[in-house]
Amino acid sequence: MSPASDDVRPAVRVRGAGLAFGPRTLWSGLDLVVEPGEFLAVLGPNGSGKSSFLKALLGMQDLSAGTVEIAGGRPGGANRKVGYIPQQRAIDESLTLRGVDLVGLGLDGHRWGFGFPGMAARRRLVSEAVDAVGATRYAKQPVGRLSGGEQQRLRVAQALVGDPEVLLCDEPLLSLDLAHQRAISELIDARRRSEGTAVLFVTHEINPVLPFVDRVLYLVNGQFRIGKPDEVMTTETLSELYGTRVEVLKVGGQIHIAGAQSALCEAEPHHHEHDVEEQVG
Amino acid sequence: MDLFDFGKTWELITELDGVQTALLAAAILGLVAGVLGPLIVMRRMSFAVHGTSELAFTGGAAALLLGIGVEYGALIGAVVAALLLGILGARDADRDSVIGVILSFGLGMGVLFLSFYKGRSGNKFGILTGQIITIDSTNLTLFVVSSVVVLAVLALVYRPLLFASVDRNVAVARGVPVKTLTVVFALLVGVSTALSVKVVGSLLVVALMVTPAAAAARVTASPWKATVLSVVFAEVSAIGGIVLSLAPGLPVSAFVTAISFLIYVVCRVIAWQRDRRTRVSAVEPALVAAA
Repeated sequence: MSPASDDVRPAVRVRGAGLAFGPRTLWSGLDLVVEPGEFLAVLGPNGSGKSSFLKALLGMQDLSAGTVEIAGGRPGGANRKVGYIPQQRAIDESLTLRGVDLVGLGLDGHRWGFGFPGMAARRRLVSEAVDAVGATRYAKQPVGRLSGGEQQRLRVAQALVGDPEVLLCDEPLLSLDLAHQRAISELIDARRRSEGTAVLFVTHEINPVLPFVDRVLYLVNGQFRIGKPDEVMTTETLSELYGTRVEVLKVGGQIHIAGAQSALCEAEPHHHEHDVEEQVG
Repeated sequence: MDLFDFGKTWELITELDGVQTALLAAAILGLVAGVLGPLIVMRRMSFAVHGTSELAFTGGAAALLLGIGVEYGALIGAVVAALLLGILGARDADRDSVIGVILSFGLGMGVLFLSFYKGRSGNKFGILTGQIITIDSTNLTLFVVSSVVVLAVLALVYRPLLFASVDRNVAVARGVPVKTLTVVFALLVGVSTALSVKVVGSLLVVALMVTPAAAAARVTASPWKATVLSVVFAEVSAIGGIVLSLAPGLPVSAFVTAISFLIYVVCRVIAWQRDRRTRVSAVEPALVAAA
């Protein structure tokens, strides 16, 4: 911990955490402190427990060992201070929901009642959040009719409108084109720089966020490494992690991993179990 | 035949006590069904509502046989059905088949109960197609109390319920008790379905609980506006249906369902024309949206 942040509590503190399903251990002995404003990428192949790690932070998944503290509370207890950006998924075109409604739910959707008081203040906060991600032009249109990139911009606004201390991102760039991947990553980066929001970014592809990443948590087969991208994303470290020869190539500011395609292959990145709708429109 | 004799209609409204009670009940029901409708449509529960109403029929038929109030039987049947469907059919993949299985079994049992019933056959028919004119002051009290409870609970859980209905994964991540809300909403649907059975009958509940909201969803994407429109459409259908049925002396439910269907068709045409204007070269939005 740097001296300047001594008086600031960490955004996330993980101590001796382990997660096992039956005899299968996803990871164990995980110690991690994420500081406010830090950008941590969580990488690894399918089934390495990236998403389960995020679920544990949200309190949706019990750990088999260790403890987690997030935004100064236990997982699930401090969700008001935690923003969450899911992966882009098809939304029914006829769903009665506009962009502003989606963002508004991020602000107070968890509260009881209709919320008549404070409607004006609410509208202002929502429109500011929408404006900050450059989505004002289409924010009043049905969400289901927007493009994936437009939806993800609104998702960023939805996650940030509640002014979170920690932002958890679960493959938010999946199925977006390069331009939108860049735009969404930049929005997230700008936020953590201006407000000190810690970012935990689960992804199977580091390159879109590589310019912003402070540290990497790389999970493979029950093993993990934590460190700066330059330290973790090396031929030696990843070969050790995968237990087989892996070649890390750095080309034009990007990182490419060759030689363990079978272990790395993410041709079909995991979707959530309720994903039933087909992409339409 | 002169279907719309307004003089005669007015005479019936002002002079028959039962008609005024029926209109009051219809107005309350329009409000309840109209408010719940958009959530039912968002949660894709139209078929579940139909299944629930068929089990309200089973409950009503059992009550008729046992000689207790049909509305109590319908209420018990609908609540049990809504809970079963809400819990067993929580997963999208199972939902259709679970509803189909429960619906057909319940309907079969209802037919069996009716075959044992030796009373007036009009009572039998009433459960299926409605008999709002038979609502008297005692069951109006039950009607009003149930409606107030449904609306009060809905007011309390509205925001998290909306969140859970339109954006489940993020709602879960934000700590919304999604599973509890599923059960609560199933209960609300069960009670409201039982109320609708009295007005339009168990076969036609969808016309009040789903059609107005489905029509509203065609013309607006705002959840608030959709709710307001849905209430207006449900009120017009319920009250309008009763008023129009008076002079010709035809079944109320026929007019209620016809009006709500007509509103739905008009809304679809409006949406279709608007889409054609705004998305000239786009890919058949109306067809896709209809799926």
